[in-house]
Amino acid sequence: MKPFDYLRPDSIDAAVAAAQAPDAVFLAGGTNLLDLMKGDVMRPARIVDITHLPALNGIERDADGGAWIGALVRNADLAFDDTFAHDFPAVAEALLSGASPQLRNAATVGGNLMQRTRCAYFQNTASACNRRAPGSGCDALDGLNANHAVLGWNSACIATHPSDFCVALAALDATVEIAGPEGRRSVALTDFHRLPGDDPADETVLARGELIVGVRLPAEAAALAWHSRYLKVRERTSYAFALVSAAVGLAIDSQGTITDARIALGGVAAKPWRARAAEAGLIGTRGGVEAYAAAGRAAFAEARPSGDNAYKIRLGQNIVARALARAAAGTPRELPALPGSPFATEAGELAHV
Amino acid sequence: MAFSIQMTLNGDKRRVDLDDPRVTLLDLLRERLDLTGTKKGCDRGQCGACTVLVDGRRINACLTLAASLEGATVETIEGVADGTELHPVQQAFIDHDGFQCGYCTPGQIMSAIGLLREARVHGDPERVREQMSGNLCRCGAYAGIVEAVLDAERQLAGNTERGAA
Repeated sequence: MKPFDYLRPDSIDAAVAAAQAPDAVFLAGGTNLLDLMKGDVMRPARIVDITHLPALNGIERDADGGAWIGALVRNADLAFDDTFAHDFPAVAEALLSGASPQLRNAATVGGNLMQRTRCAYFQNTASACNRRAPGSGCDALDGLNANHAVLGWNSACIATHPSDFCVALAALDATVEIAGPEGRRSVALTDFHRLPGDDPADETVLARGELIVGVRLPAEAAALAWHSRYLKVRERTSYAFALVSAAVGLAIDSQGTITDARIALGGVAAKPWRARAAEAGLIGTRGGVEAYAAAGRAAFAEARPSGDNAYKIRLGQNIVARALARAAAGTPRELPALPGSPFATEAGELAHV
Repeated sequence: MAFSIQMTLNGDKRRVDLDDPRVTLLDLLRERLDLTGTKKGCDRGQCGACTVLVDGRRINACLTLAASLEGATVETIEGVADGTELHPVQQAFIDHDGFQCGYCTPGQIMSAIGLLREARVHGDPERVREQMSGNLCRCGAYAGIVEAVLDAERQLAGNTERGAA
C-alpha cells in the first residue's frame, strides 16, 4: 500500500477543505477503499477520515413521511431500523441482499454510492482499463465479460456498478445531498453516476473535495411501501454481487388499478438503471402476468450484449416480471431468511394491509 | 507520521502508538499487540477469518484502519472466555464439531457472538447459514457450525431467562 497522509477533521467544512488536495479521498467504512488500496488499484496521497463526524450519522424522518439518511449510517443500521424498513422495504431488502454481515456493519450509505466497479480488469493493475488508467484501453471488451453491461455501455468501458442499495434508491427518486467548497447542493441519484462517455474514469458528478452528506427519500417513496420488493440473481445464494437485480414499487388503488410504478435495474450498466418506459406501460393497467412480462421486455428494449452476456437480457426481463409479481402480492411483514433471493420461500403475512 | 490512539481492548483501556497510518486493525492485533488469535486469511474482506467485534459489532479487522478507531471498544477471541470457563459459543463449537483444522474458528466464533447479539436467528438454520455467510470454512465444517450457533442461541436464551428470574 502506498504511503499516505492521514487527517481526521472535526467538521464537514474542515473535511471538504482537507479534500481539496490532489489525490485525496474520504475514508468512511473503508470496506471498498482499503481493498482497492491493498491491490494498488487506488493510490491516494491523503486520507481524510470522516468517521468521527457526528452530523452525518442520523436517520431523520420528515413530517410528510420522507426520510433523510446521513452518509455515515451503516448498511446494517439502516436495514434494521424497523420504522425505516417498514416504510422503505425495498431499500432494506436490497441492503440485506448485499455483501456479508461484517461488511454491512462497516459499510456506509455514502460509501455505497462511491463504490467502484467489480470488473476484474479494473481490479487487476496488469490489465488495460480506461476507468483505472484513462487512455489505456479496455481488456474486458475481448476478455471474460459474462458479468458486464448490456445497457449504456460503449467501447471505452463495459463495466457495471455493483450496488444493490443504489438500485432501490434509484427506483424511489432518492436525491444525494453534497457539501463542497461552494456550499451545499442536491443531485437526483439517477444523475449521480455517469455512463462511460469519453472518460469512464469520471464516474460521478462530484467535483474535487465534494462530500456526500446524506441521501433523501421523498414522501412519495413511502407511499409505495405496500408493494415494494428487491430481487437479485447471483452466482451463489449469499455474499455475491448481482448478475441482474431489480427494485420495484407499485401503488395500487382500491379498484386494483396501478397508479404508480417504479422499476430500477442493477448489474446491467455503469449506473443503477431506471426503466421509465417500462413503468409508464404499467400505469393505468390492472397488472397481471402479461403486463409484468411486457414491462420486463420494455425495460430491456434498448439492451445489447457487450460480450458473452446476452443471457442477461432474457434473465433481466424475467427478473423484472417476477419482482413485479412479488410486489403486487404485497410486501411481507418479515423479510425472508434469504433477502432478495429467487430461492427464498415467501412469507405469508403482509406488512401493510 | 507517528501518533497514538486510545482504545478499550478486551476490557482494558489502553493507548496504542502507531508509527504508520497504513496499519490495519488486524496487523495491529497480530504484529504489534501479540494477539494472534485473530487470523489473517485473505486480507481482503472475503473470508471472515479476521472477524472481531468493534463497539459490539462484528467487522473484518483487515479492512479497518487502526488509526480510525480512536475511542473504540475492540473484543477479540482472547477476551471472550471467563477465566478458564469457555464462552457458550466456544463450548458449542467443541460440542458440535464446528471445526476441523481450526484456522477459521476464531473468526467463526466472533462472528457467531456478533450474530447472536444481533438477535435475528430465531432458531432458523437458514438464517444462521445466511448470516454466517461472511465466514468461509475450507474444511467444510458448516453443518457443525450451524448446529453450534443454534445450540449457543438456545443456551444464551436460557441464561438470560435464569438471570431475569
